Amino acid sequence: MDLPVWQALRDELRPQGLEIVAVAMDTNVAAAYPWIDAAKTSYPQLLDPEHSLGARLGIINVPMSVWIDEQGMLVRPAEPAFAPRERGYGSVELPEGTPQRMKEMLAEAAKLEVDFQQTARMLRDWVQSGAKSRYALTPDEVVARSAPRPKEISLAAANFELGQHLHRTGHEAAARPFFRAAHRLQPENWTYKRQAWSMVDPLQGPTEHYDSDWLSDVRKIGAKHYYAKVDA
Amino acid sequence: MILERLDPSAAELASGTGWELKPEGACKAEVCMPLPKDARRADGRVNVPVVANALGMALVADEARGLWALGPVSGGRALSTAVAPEITLPARDGNPFRLGSLKGTKVFLCAWASW
Repeated sequence: MDLPVWQALRDELRPQGLEIVAVAMDTNVAAAYPWIDAAKTSYPQLLDPEHSLGARLGIINVPMSVWIDEQGMLVRPAEPAFAPRERGYGSVELPEGTPQRMKEMLAEAAKLEVDFQQTARMLRDWVQSGAKSRYALTPDEVVARSAPRPKEISLAAANFELGQHLHRTGHEAAARPFFRAAHRLQPENWTYKRQAWSMVDPLQGPTEHYDSDWLSDVRKIGAKHYYAKVDA
Repeated sequence: MILERLDPSAAELASGTGWELKPEGACKAEVCMPLPKDARRADGRVNVPVVANALGMALVADEARGLWALGPVSGGRALSTAVAPEITLPARDGNPFRLGSLKGTKVFLCAWASW
């Protein structure tokens, strides 16, 4: 779990002027509470049940981050961001009785090509060098590096929002066609998919309600494409 | 934003999307986009299909329940400017937290989820 790991980095870098802000992208905010409460962090823990950071910043999976400087300027757009850890996803000892699907998911997660030290390395450099850091991008670079937004992405966002609204107001079955449309229109948006899949199966496995599932989709694109490489 | 009618007030549109209707068009932060004359009805309310079309916002209907969702502006990139958007989200303690309150500090904003 990343929240306590971020706390350690926050303890190190807060005296030098960096604050960490975590945002839980759970539609059901109560699902995030146990994680937040157990982590006992001193940095802000925010909730985005509407997934508004998708439309506003281009967050399409978790974990992803943006950097904002002292003047309120974005200096890095949405990109994958990893809490520093010694061992990657999928390298945990599994207790007996772990469901087969969970084992397969973790085996797939172990294939993600992630440098877990990269984000912390970049943040330390930014804290030390500020705007002179090679990782602090110019406004033009930030805009140019943010993802293109064709009409399909607006359509996906509108479908997802309608699905969320219906789900929340007790129309779960009516919500699903809108979630499915969002998945079809923006397949690279994993928050839309993982959120909807987890509403019917916590392991995000195949169900009658959706055309795909986490394991199948990751295998289809190849685990190394699950998180875009961070262009430092 | 979720709509229960296709002619909300300009104030409702602004609070749902951040786009304000001004004489020069639809404006958000320092960006203004021109709008056709019929973007506002005679009574001053917003003609949502016209605005959606002009700004490249998707409009999706749930006819069974008489609801619509209006998507974000499209046509450019996820960020139209590097000025961080005004973001206010609820914190775990229930109070709204304004990201702008951290001005003067470097901020690393990280999205995660329980799933």
